Amino acid sequence: MAKGVWIVAEQRDGAFRKISFELASTARKLADVLGEEVCAVLCGSGIEGIAGQLGKYGVDKVFVADSPALEPYTTDAHAAAVAKIVRENDPSILLLGASTQGKDLSARLVGKLATGMATDCTDVKIADGKLLAIRPMYAGKCFGEVVFSTFPQMASLRPNVFPMVENAKAGAVVKFDPALDAGQLKTKVLEVQKDTSGKADLTEANIIVSGGRGMKGPENYGIIEELAAVLGATVGASRAAVDAGWRPQSDQVGQTGKIVSPNLYVACGISGAIQHLAGMSSSKFIVAINKDAEAPIFTKADYGVVDDLFKVVPEFTKECKKLLA
Amino acid sequence: MRDPLVKIMGIDLKSVPIISGKEKNVNIIACVKQVPDTEAQIKVKPDGSGIEEGGIKWVMNPYDEFGVEEALRLKEKNGGDVTIVSIGPQRAMETIRTALAMGADKGIHICDPVFDGADAFATASALAAAIKGIPYDIIFCGQRAIDDDSGQVGAILAELLGIPQVTVVTKFEFTGGAVKVIRPIEGAQLLIECPFPCVVSAQKGLNEPRYASLPGIMKAKKKPVDVKDAAALGVTVAANAKVARFVPPPARAAGKIICGDDPAVKAAELARLLREEAKVI
Ligand SMILES: Cc1cc2nc3c(=O)[nH]c(=O)nc-3n(C[C@H](O)[C@H](O)[C@H](O)COP(=O)(O)OP(=O)(O)OC[C@H]3O[C@@H](n4cnc5c(N)ncnc54)[C@H](O)[C@@H]3O)c2cc1C
Ligand SMILES: Nc1ncnc2c1ncn2[C@@H]1O[C@H](COP(=O)(O)O)[C@@H](O)[C@H]1O
Repeated sequence: MAKGVWIVAEQRDGAFRKISFELASTARKLADVLGEEVCAVLCGSGIEGIAGQLGKYGVDKVFVADSPALEPYTTDAHAAAVAKIVRENDPSILLLGASTQGKDLSARLVGKLATGMATDCTDVKIADGKLLAIRPMYAGKCFGEVVFSTFPQMASLRPNVFPMVENAKAGAVVKFDPALDAGQLKTKVLEVQKDTSGKADLTEANIIVSGGRGMKGPENYGIIEELAAVLGATVGASRAAVDAGWRPQSDQVGQTGKIVSPNLYVACGISGAIQHLAGMSSSKFIVAINKDAEAPIFTKADYGVVDDLFKVVPEFTKECKKLLA
Repeated sequence: MRDPLVKIMGIDLKSVPIISGKEKNVNIIACVKQVPDTEAQIKVKPDGSGIEEGGIKWVMNPYDEFGVEEALRLKEKNGGDVTIVSIGPQRAMETIRTALAMGADKGIHICDPVFDGADAFATASALAAAIKGIPYDIIFCGQRAIDDDSGQVGAILAELLGIPQVTVVTKFEFTGGAVKVIRPIEGAQLLIECPFPCVVSAQKGLNEPRYASLPGIMKAKKKPVDVKDAAALGVTVAANAKVARFVPPPARAAGKIICGDDPAVKAAELARLLREEAKVI
């Protein structure tokens, strides 16, 4: 009988990604309803030392695979390691992050474990002793309630949506041998080019300030950058701004860009096309600054300012600076 | 001309070991799904069993367009042929024809009502069954289909075929017998090398998909499309994960419009509300 709520924790360069603690906290909540244990799988190289940190967020036991072949992340190595330990222990629920790594790994695991998964969930609960996963579909134009007929019942959780809750448990560390067969490790990471801006990625940012076509040109993004610097925010953009070549592809928010859920999303000179809303409507608070009172972005905004952004944004930056001083 | 990866990542590709030798006559597969246009309004049926399909304009999944385009460029550069594979109801034939009009050579249409509401595992199983029977070197998928937004099928397909995957790819190069791709992750870009056969899932930024030309559209009508059902593929469909109920999105509480004539006053009020009411700054 499948039993236990498991997570695949995510680390990079020997530090946990925030999603790992969101996963642990969520798993704890589910496991408490079921009266079961929370276990985590952690893969990497030289990471045994950090494993115990997961205990703080409610993990009972951490299975650690520590091998040079597991760093940097490749699908082949991580999927083989996680599938092995999962097969040996038969958990009922397996949660991963809907991060770039989690999405890549979880889908491969669905194949290896011949099971089913709900991707990019915004809520998960237990109903009748089983997992019920709630997820946006059609770019958030509707939601699906997903149920499972196989084990493990898998879900990937959207980053920044699930709270981190401290709930200290043993966090006992158990090493396991991933038994990687070199012949099966086919992909190789040849180079990692890091973004040196020091800014959080859009998908992990607490605050995002986005500029659209209303910015008029790449030279005007300075006022957005300044506001972002004051707020500790990451800069995003609409597709119109990206396609015009004003901003890099990695800045695009929306249905064919990044799906983001910050605490605060500030849209400047963005009309709020359905494809843009698809990427940011799960933000906790939305601010729109747009000179057109009829712009659809105002239907999603918690706070709206109808005016010229070139007048409002610099003043807003000044005010924030004062408040945060 | 596209920027070669070498330039982008600043490394010398010649230093990269050659994995295998086949460079000419590449057998390329592109998986395409027909989905509602991104503009489509989505309405949930009153009983929550699905969405209302009336009035929807159906198009090729935008990410699959990038996959088809990359397949065509690879064929144009190295020689070979491009096979389109799609699972969907009869209307999905239009999407296959669109891909053929763009320049693909032939199609496989998996058409059977048992696939209505099929989950990612079932979909990938059927695609694998169809692809197993034909030669393939590179299989392009979209990084996700914008209807179910699941982003799983490419990876499951790769697993079922026992081949590697590189997902969410923004640059693709087929050199020295291996595939090299760029994959953006949070705060970094990775240059990844992968032997083929493999599955490559396309992300926006990979290329600018072409439009079908008029002669292309005429030619597409005569290109062969093999229509198969589940029995012909020898697959049975079980939903490991199933959407038990569709619901409309949660409504957002009505927002506040900050009134006034002076932008500076409005900006100050906005900052105050975010600080005191929303408590987010
Ligand atoms: C298949 C497909 C996928 C797509 N995917 C995405 C996606 O992922 N993300 C995305 O964003 N879009 C996407 N789009 C594009 C989308 O349809 C819109 O075209 C785009 O979002 C518009 O960007 P925008 O709001 O910046 O520009 P516009 O719609 O042109 O809006 C500009 C706004 O700026 C305002 N403005 C102008 N000047 C000022 C000023 N001085 N002060 C204040 N306000 C001002 C205007 O009132 C207007 O509302 C997609 C489209 C398609 C077809
Ligand atoms: N029904 C289908 N027919 C053909 N290809 C599909 C189908 N469903 C998914 N795919 C492929 O798999 C990719 C990812 O889909 P998904 O996992 O559903 O988000 C799509 O972009 C397609 O390339």
